[in-house]
Amino acid sequence: MKFKDYYQILGVDRNASDEDIKKAYRKLARKYHPDVSKEKDAEARFKDMAEAYATLKDPEKRAAYDQLGTQQPGEDFRPPPGWSTQFGESAGAFDEMDLADLFAGLAGRRRRGAPGPIRGGDYEVTVPISIEDSFNGTEIRLDLSTTEFDENGAPRRVPRNITARIPKGAIDGQVLRLTGQGGKGANGGSNGDIYLNIALLPHARYRADGHDLYFDLPLTPWEAALGTEIEIPTLAGAVKLKVPPGTSANQQLRLSRRGLPNPQGSAGNLYAIVQIAIPPKLTDREQALMKELAAVSTFNPRRHLD
Amino acid sequence: MTNVPDEASSYEQPARLPLHDLMEASGLSKYEVLELVEYGALVPAEPMAGQWSFSFRSITVARAARRLREEFELELHGVALLLAYMDRISDLEAELCALRARTPR
Repeated sequence: MKFKDYYQILGVDRNASDEDIKKAYRKLARKYHPDVSKEKDAEARFKDMAEAYATLKDPEKRAAYDQLGTQQPGEDFRPPPGWSTQFGESAGAFDEMDLADLFAGLAGRRRRGAPGPIRGGDYEVTVPISIEDSFNGTEIRLDLSTTEFDENGAPRRVPRNITARIPKGAIDGQVLRLTGQGGKGANGGSNGDIYLNIALLPHARYRADGHDLYFDLPLTPWEAALGTEIEIPTLAGAVKLKVPPGTSANQQLRLSRRGLPNPQGSAGNLYAIVQIAIPPKLTDREQALMKELAAVSTFNPRRHLD
Repeated sequence: MTNVPDEASSYEQPARLPLHDLMEASGLSKYEVLELVEYGALVPAEPMAGQWSFSFRSITVARAARRLREEFELELHGVALLLAYMDRISDLEAELCALRARTPR
């Protein structure tokens, strides 16, 4: 079991009052809570702080924690002799536990009488997938360390690896649930669940908005003005796209149902966002032709500014 | 063995999670769910029906409510307020995402 210095994590003295500890936690919560924090490692730091506070705010847990003595943070340690008898934990189980599990379990065992059913813990994992993964569906491997309870009700960490199928058309921000795959329940309690938070990775070519996909399509001025037919790569292979004559910049050309699959059995659309690309250097002949066009055309795109 | 997520996990699925399942998945008590419905943070499919059912998305909201209550030590009225703001932020992020998708690089 690795030691954590809960007082150090909260930035308080070992003899801090309950009020001091509460204030310290609240200030840190404001700074590191993942839902409001801008800090880089907010989630990990918040987990540590929450664990520290849960132990130190409870007088009995705090007393038990103080009895562990001061150790080096991050170092493996064992509770001093007599600790287990005093606080009711079987000595052999320490190696398979986390400090957090130790104190979480402490509350449970203080209750008198037969413990009721305990539901297993839930786990949340962020799953980054590519747009191709979403288009085709994919399988992912999760390596988790979940908490189980032995016959005595003592918690232990068990490494598990789970394969999960991500269905086609999973979009950014979607949550998928694997029921009953979380921590094991105890005393007839149900198992917890695993929640998968889908995060769509940035793609070199496509940008996703829900099930719709967007990509940039540069056209030459003459292609846009005269119209043309071009071959477009899509996630399911090349497709021909008709560019109507008189297409302007920023226009969106729709390729129906070529986006990401959706649960209705259809799919979102693929949109080509037109950009007009101007040749950086013109040959003499090209220049001459452009000047002729300029002289002949009456097209005024700034009429509204006159 | 490959685990397949619940069919219910799709946002578009109709609401069919009974109250008890929502309580079990979120760890909230019945009273707490009722309170959150009162504050508008959770919305049952048919509020007037005898038996309530909730969408899968309600699980996410209910779990967030429990987490926020524990982590910020707030009572549910404060939590409901926080959830409303987080919803607004979510909507804004979705708008931004849509705009960015439509903006050429």
